[in-house]
Amino acid sequence: MAFQLDSKIPEGPLKDKWTEHLFNMKLVNPANKRKFRIIVIGSGLAGGAAAASLGELGYNVDCFCFQDSSRRAHSIAAQGGINAAKNYPNDGDSVRRLFYDTIKGGDYRSREANVYRLAEVANSIIDQCVAQGVPFAREYGGLLDNRSFGGAQVSRTFYARGQTGQQLLIGAYQSLQRQVAKGSVDMHVRTEMLDLVKVDGHAKGIIVRDLVSGEIRRHAADAVLICSGGYGNVFYLSTNAMGSNVTAAMRAFKRGAGFANPCFTQIHPTCIPVSSEHQSKLTLMSESLRNDGRVWVPKKAGDDRAPRDIPEGERDYYLERRYPSFGNLVPRDVASRAAKERCDAGFGVGSTKLAVYLDFSDAINRLGEDVIRARYGNLFQMYEKITAENPYKTPMRIYPAVHYTMGGLWVDYNLQTTVPGLFALGEANFSDHGANRLGASALMQGLADGYFVAPYTVGNYLAEHGCMNADEKVTTDHAAFDEVEKEVRDRLDRLMAIQGERSVDSFHKELGLIMWDNCGMGRTKEGLQKALKEIPKLREEFWKNVRIPGDATSFNPELEKAARVADFLEFGEIMCHDALDREESCGGHFREEHQTAEGEAMRHDDEFAYAAVWEYMGEGKAPEMSKEILEFENVKLTTRSYK
Amino acid sequence: MKITLHVWRQKDANSQGGMKPYEVDGVSKDMSFLEMLDMLNEQLIVQGKEPIAFDHDCREGICGTCSLMINGVAHGPDGSTTTCQLHMRSFKDGDAIHIEPWRSRAFPVVRDLVVDRSSFDRIIQAGGYISINAGNAQDANNLPIAKHSSDLSMDAAACIGCGACVASCPNGSAMLFVAAKIGHLAHVPQGQPERAKRARNMVAQMDAEGFGACSNHYECEAVCPKDIPVNFISEMNKDFMKASLCGDS
Repeated sequence: MAFQLDSKIPEGPLKDKWTEHLFNMKLVNPANKRKFRIIVIGSGLAGGAAAASLGELGYNVDCFCFQDSSRRAHSIAAQGGINAAKNYPNDGDSVRRLFYDTIKGGDYRSREANVYRLAEVANSIIDQCVAQGVPFAREYGGLLDNRSFGGAQVSRTFYARGQTGQQLLIGAYQSLQRQVAKGSVDMHVRTEMLDLVKVDGHAKGIIVRDLVSGEIRRHAADAVLICSGGYGNVFYLSTNAMGSNVTAAMRAFKRGAGFANPCFTQIHPTCIPVSSEHQSKLTLMSESLRNDGRVWVPKKAGDDRAPRDIPEGERDYYLERRYPSFGNLVPRDVASRAAKERCDAGFGVGSTKLAVYLDFSDAINRLGEDVIRARYGNLFQMYEKITAENPYKTPMRIYPAVHYTMGGLWVDYNLQTTVPGLFALGEANFSDHGANRLGASALMQGLADGYFVAPYTVGNYLAEHGCMNADEKVTTDHAAFDEVEKEVRDRLDRLMAIQGERSVDSFHKELGLIMWDNCGMGRTKEGLQKALKEIPKLREEFWKNVRIPGDATSFNPELEKAARVADFLEFGEIMCHDALDREESCGGHFREEHQTAEGEAMRHDDEFAYAAVWEYMGEGKAPEMSKEILEFENVKLTTRSYK
Repeated sequence: MKITLHVWRQKDANSQGGMKPYEVDGVSKDMSFLEMLDMLNEQLIVQGKEPIAFDHDCREGICGTCSLMINGVAHGPDGSTTTCQLHMRSFKDGDAIHIEPWRSRAFPVVRDLVVDRSSFDRIIQAGGYISINAGNAQDANNLPIAKHSSDLSMDAAACIGCGACVASCPNGSAMLFVAAKIGHLAHVPQGQPERAKRARNMVAQMDAEGFGACSNHYECEAVCPKDIPVNFISEMNKDFMKASLCGDS
């Protein structure tokens, strides 16, 4: 059984598709909107914006997050900025250029129509956020300031110091809380979705666990939106929050939602390097730092001198050397691989030799310490807290780390998954970033989906398929809820009954190492095949030997973690299948067998210009893949060059 | 390093809690404070004991989830730091460290070191927003805002809603948190139409939640991980007074 993938891309020229589609979509009249209930999983930029906007339109919304407040979703940690094609700096930007840069940056593995729409609505996001009171950085004349990010030669990134994600999320959070006060949104904090309920093939509700009381609850709705973020924590160490997980998406996958391009993972080039085995997470240093910082390693392998003692002539500014036109602002995948290449060749610095320098001394000499402090003060402070080194005086040491996942639930142009009535927004879907996301585009996509796409497309689904008669609506008494709730309870009981010897974290760390070594920055057929043997073994041991203290009927963070790690242990395998299957290198997916003589990624467009959509085939069976062929009518596929 | 911990243990909101001692050996100075607690929990789990529950998520000082009174100081001894950013190099071998949850009537304990801060969300619901629906906005640059005002707004908006201000105030006051939100929106033109109503309603909700009043101890400013200054409280008082005397105009 393969998926019949209909991307539902509207007819017509690229620039008219969204406008036409907006007109052609069916509407729900204002009086009827309150007859519908919509579930939103997650309260980050995508979920928070969607829940608030749907509430504003008059729908009834149930929004869920596992955190103790909807203000804490991990969108909050995004530092550098958000893109839009306002062309305020008058440097030649346009919707078309933002579209082109995003398609090219994604190494031609995303869907043209979706990306164009993203570029089109991006400007409205900036307007919306300013109207909400988001304090974006401004020039002395009172107008908005822009800076540059990787993969673009224009300055189109809006920012709020180094806390852009926080400020945008607070904007969405405020709008969401306003709807909570009005009664249109019910916010369920410390509540985790553990399964999806379908009736006659359509998503009709979810089963959740109240993380404080342990109570298992049912929620019925007319549509379900998954906005639960990415799955980077499959690697254990990543820049994600500790609680970020794949559970909602994995549950949807098991209920029939296709999962697209799971192997497309973004390894961010500028993170604080791993220092010890006790490390629980990695911290990003914003890409914006590459506006003023220069990346280098010593020219001599194993040079142990302090960085300031290494004279200019003995430094290798390898990004400027290899990519003179983009220099330090090459896209993330390119910068990460270049750092790995230098370190693997023995030129790494610091005690572990798995680090390169990011040096601000030129910028400080040119602009003064005050200017650099105003631009990046909070990042420098964060760096100093973690490493006890002062980056104003000595270069930062940085190394790539898992940061973002471009893969996600497959969605059509309406952001609907292969399950009718089930939508996926933001990082949880796959559609806009291809094989590599450009900096400052995640915030843009999350908010685009939440404020300006889903509110219309979900309405269209409800107008076509929604049931307005209260007597005919699916309620939580439906047999489908009994069945799924029983499965959820059985699974938790099984977990609690194991009472083995090892902690959840010990399994998670072991899985993370398997994934990093074999499905990380460089991937080989041999390594992936090895991982596909190791992961099932580890999963088997987990289900025999994990120890979860406490009980399932009260607050139990170890049980929460165990349920998430159990899903990662299945999901890791799907990623490896996908990475093995894709016999090419593109964006963040680097198969070592497929590279040019200069070590750049080598795509095989004739064979792999498609989205790989994986389907769950049942317990113990390998997933099967269907293809959505990507058609490029508006850009020419070229080898990405940043030279 | 070897550290002795005294940790508040409490089963749930209705149970009696108390301090319990723990020894942690092999602590490295490069560990974060929470990684030290992870290590202790790992030992407790393997020994078949109940691990210590504490709140945390982003572990990079921005989500506002982590908390902890560490030797009586919210977020520990380093200034401008959240607990997740605190590293063990701030302690020395043989130290005894007392760890308690946030202390406030308006933050009931969920378990051990985890508290319920939903009162903060309800204060925001009372008016901590600008009433604008998606789609209503004009072009962003149609509204120039002096850099100085925008910067002040950002200084206040940096609040992460962690609750350290409440936990360290002798009166359990949430005024720095509330003032930060009011200040964020009062320093930009978009916030003006609802400014008076916002101050009145948010302050009323703060009182209804059982937070105390400010009597100028400034403990909140001293522990705030984002260095939000107390002058936002004076500004809030001014807005509140004005709203009380003049109504919403």
